[in-house]
Amino acid sequence: MTNIPETGRTPRVQIRLVVIQILVLSLLGTLGARLWYLQIREGDAYAKEASGNHVQQVVQPAVRGSILDARGVPIADNETRLVVSASRTELLKMRDDGDAVLTKLAGVLGMKPKDVKDKVRLCDAKTPQPCWNGSPYQPIPITDEATARQALQIRERSEDFPGITAEPEAVRRYAGPGGSNTAQVLGYLSPVTDEEITKAQDTDSPYLRSDQVGRSGLEREYDRELRGKAGVTRYEVDNLGRVIGTAEADPAQSGSNLVTSIDARVQRVAEYELNDAMKKARDEYDDNTSENYKADAGAVVVMESRTGRVVAMASNPTYDPNAWVGGISAKDYTKLTGKNSNYPLLNRAIQGQAAPGSIFKVISTSAAVNAGYDFDGRYDCSSSYSIGGQVFQNYESKGYGPINLGRAIEVSCDTVFYRLAHQEWAKDGGLKSNKNAKNWFYTTAHQYGLGAVTGIDLPNEVAGRVPDRKWKQDYWKANKASWCKYGKKGGSYAQQIAYENCLEGNLMRAGDSVNYSIGQGDILVTPIQMATIYSAISNGGTLYDPTVGKAIVSADGKSVQAIAPKAHGKLPISKATLKDIDGALEGVVTRGSAAWRFGGWPQDKIPMHAKTGTAEVYGKQTTSWFATYTKDYTIVMTISQGGTGSGASGPAVRKIYEALYGVSPDGTIDNRKALLPTPQKSLPKIESDGSIDAPKIKPYAPPKEATEETLALAGGGLPPATVASERTGANRARRRRGSSRSTGGPQSRRRAIS
Amino acid sequence: MTGANTFSVSGYGPERSSLSRLLARDSLARRLDWPILLSALALSFMGAILVYSATRNRTEINQGDQYYFLIRHLMNTGIGFCLMIGTVWLGHRTLRTAVPILYGLSVFLILMVLTPLGATVNGAHAWIVLGGGFSLQPSEFVKITIILGMAMLLAARVDAGDKAYPDHRTVLQALGLAAVPMMIVMLMPDLGSVMVMVIIVLGVLLASGASNRWVFGLLGTGALGAVLIWQLGVLDEYQINRFAAFANPELDPSGVGYNTNQARIAIGSGGLTGTGLFHGSQTTGQFVPEQQTDFVFTVAGEELGFVGAGLIILLLGVVLWRACRIARETTELYGTIVAAGIIAWFAFQSFENIGMTLGIMPVAGLPLPFVSYGGSSMFAVWVAVGLLQSIRVQRPMSA
Repeated sequence: MTNIPETGRTPRVQIRLVVIQILVLSLLGTLGARLWYLQIREGDAYAKEASGNHVQQVVQPAVRGSILDARGVPIADNETRLVVSASRTELLKMRDDGDAVLTKLAGVLGMKPKDVKDKVRLCDAKTPQPCWNGSPYQPIPITDEATARQALQIRERSEDFPGITAEPEAVRRYAGPGGSNTAQVLGYLSPVTDEEITKAQDTDSPYLRSDQVGRSGLEREYDRELRGKAGVTRYEVDNLGRVIGTAEADPAQSGSNLVTSIDARVQRVAEYELNDAMKKARDEYDDNTSENYKADAGAVVVMESRTGRVVAMASNPTYDPNAWVGGISAKDYTKLTGKNSNYPLLNRAIQGQAAPGSIFKVISTSAAVNAGYDFDGRYDCSSSYSIGGQVFQNYESKGYGPINLGRAIEVSCDTVFYRLAHQEWAKDGGLKSNKNAKNWFYTTAHQYGLGAVTGIDLPNEVAGRVPDRKWKQDYWKANKASWCKYGKKGGSYAQQIAYENCLEGNLMRAGDSVNYSIGQGDILVTPIQMATIYSAISNGGTLYDPTVGKAIVSADGKSVQAIAPKAHGKLPISKATLKDIDGALEGVVTRGSAAWRFGGWPQDKIPMHAKTGTAEVYGKQTTSWFATYTKDYTIVMTISQGGTGSGASGPAVRKIYEALYGVSPDGTIDNRKALLPTPQKSLPKIESDGSIDAPKIKPYAPPKEATEETLALAGGGLPPATVASERTGANRARRRRGSSRSTGGPQSRRRAIS
Repeated sequence: MTGANTFSVSGYGPERSSLSRLLARDSLARRLDWPILLSALALSFMGAILVYSATRNRTEINQGDQYYFLIRHLMNTGIGFCLMIGTVWLGHRTLRTAVPILYGLSVFLILMVLTPLGATVNGAHAWIVLGGGFSLQPSEFVKITIILGMAMLLAARVDAGDKAYPDHRTVLQALGLAAVPMMIVMLMPDLGSVMVMVIIVLGVLLASGASNRWVFGLLGTGALGAVLIWQLGVLDEYQINRFAAFANPELDPSGVGYNTNQARIAIGSGGLTGTGLFHGSQTTGQFVPEQQTDFVFTVAGEELGFVGAGLIILLLGVVLWRACRIARETTELYGTIVAAGIIAWFAFQSFENIGMTLGIMPVAGLPLPFVSYGGSSMFAVWVAVGLLQSIRVQRPMSA
């Protein structure tokens, strides 16, 4: 066959036919190319989209595990509440963005329309709380306290409330057994954010849109264990959502329970007594500032001496953790985080740091022994110690003559440590370090674990600081510019300090080292660090990582994963020195600075050890410290702007011991009254159905107020004169500060008084 | 094989046995264009499988019988095949004389659509319900009668040897002939069919050798008409939405843009070899609407992949390629014009149909020739195949 026509076909038609043919083929070519592009080049993306198209997921959230106290009493669990939620996507489809519906809803719920609308708006940089910081595609809870009547109203008139649901949901409950609160230790939950979902997408514990995530405390630290795994059922569906394939189901796994070493009863006692001590401190007059003590914050840690487990941990001011459940209100949020709130969310036991004052002296003593000074040597406890014209006074300018280091701890003699620290400072090279400087006082502090986190199983622990030569250098570098700018020779006190710092802030001055040796100046410690150290002294020298979690028990009780105590170091002292220090700390109770607080204590049956501390803070009232231990427990209490160690915290700490051991104010021991005469060893039993056989808790009845007279009578004598004067305040502080002003650095802002 | 003489070109050939007549060099069977025939059959049978895959689960339309659409598609193919044989048997020249009657009949039928007998399917009022589950879409047949009618007018004087090209008067008459049914179809409104007819008219004019002025004039008028239609608001809202969705597919994924979006997902997810017949999640899940008719190509795309969907394009290419040869090789202008009209029709309708599933053309309710389910369309395209065969068969054998 041929393409040449036989008849009189005109070339015009022939050409046009060829054009048609080319056109047709190019059209088909276009289709082929487009087909290739869609199927081969972009095929994977479309395949993904197709699978997303026809698979529907039904998510069943896992029940969050409970947090139990050492005996199984739930301190955080779940309860069923009627939750009213609004779907933002549904509301935005309406002409007025759901305004009318929300207003009507507010009427039913008895809330202000504005409050309801605020809860539904999304959080951003400009939007203050309350706002929704979870996913905008997830129903936003408006209230979790709807009554059955309100829920019925909403459900029965669902056409009036498009996008609003009222469903029973399991919500977190912080039960507060026996009146305990435990707020900062427990932490709180809030909805997962988009970023967290993206971040956790490819890990083995991805988040769901509806997830609540632990934001602080145990809820955050053990979030993974508590959260469990949501059940996901995948259905293959058609375009109308009808199920066409077989369902694949991963059943929900309830979160594990966390058994803690907290004892709710002891926790309650600790909280009550801390608060009570702070209240009483506010009735005390501070001669230094000529007003009552403010006692604006405090913390107490009760720890098992031989394991580092935390039996109670209280921080004051505190808050009700239930405020977070179901979304926090604007008022509550301001109360918790506002400028005038004094930050009750902070767990001051691990996040509050202050100079330790004289409870630091056990470290100075260890440093001195390590540096070669005999523990039982004779050291002059003079009434003052001067360095190049600068006079450092002993407390109340009282002299005790030559005493050994143990006695120096008992009576909290400052000048003994001034002298030793000054000698060591000179040996290390003075202002500028020798090449082979030992820096005993600083090295020992590091070895005791100061300047580093203890590793407690709670988030955001702070490390404190040891103001050694390196820190001074770094700190000076960081602040030099601003000091030099602000500082002025002969200007105001602050300007003068800045001026000095600008010139020689990087140098370790004799005054710095001397101040540091009695726990004043730039050193910062946390209550949990001090509890860890005093526990170590009690248990023979092991520094344990403090733990709150004791075991993770699966929801059915079958799998128990114990959290064993873990040590992070040993005290850098010999057994003999440890014994010496232990003896000195017992002496503090029997004849030293805390004796007046422990009159009538059954010392023969329950040997008590203690050290008082009072740290001065520039521009503020003194910080009270009280570190104590028995062979079972260590208790450290601190009260900011609370006065002296034994004065403010003494009775409170004693009462916690009394509750633990069942000791009456007169010294008799009643084991039946004792809450926890020995640390709780066994774990609570969790049945396979998830129920827990928890003992009932009686609320704490504080013992009848014992007056000082009865205490004194029971102890068989009046408190020693030194201690009695300590109570009346640190009226010497100002004088001493004045004497050091001429040459002291910023370190001289904080001075010793005990 | 009685009546074999009728099939003989000359009619004067010596008597031969049936078999040898069938296999003889000049026999009808030897002279049929087999590539077109086999491709059309392959497309129809592929269509049957794809239609079955798309409808076996659609209980709401298949009356509980998963083979309902499969059987009907095969029946339509069979009827279409018979229509083709009938067309070849009659021959296009015979039909040429019947063109006025056929034309009148088809115009009458489309007028019937506008009466209460007409029915609306998918927004297009283009159907006549015959009862018993059967319905007719007369606009499919108008496509043929327009081609035949215009060819008759345009080729008359040229084939008679009077003129080299049709004169202006003839062209005007031919355009008038096409315009009448187009106006009626426009009123339905069945915009897709009107678009096909415009392209057919263009193809016919090109092949007739009509002056370039007419060709460009028609193109200009078409463009102007499109603008006018848009401006005057003749279009229904659903038609405007289709264009809007084409311009911006993300406009409303669950509304107007939904069809095209789902169609593209279905095709795209097929990859090279597809998900396997009856294993396409988009098809099984009925995410693509009208999947047995207008969107049948998506079934091939998803379940047979690039290989299967490419084969459909390839088979259509074979039909069109052979049709172009027929148009070029036939001796008389009448045959050339008819072939060109059919080429324009098939090419545009295939391009529009597949193009809309691929997202490169706006959505229009046009079936894919041979593959889509639908009797009227199936009959029309097979008649067209018959016309092509007839043109080829009745062309004098080249030496």
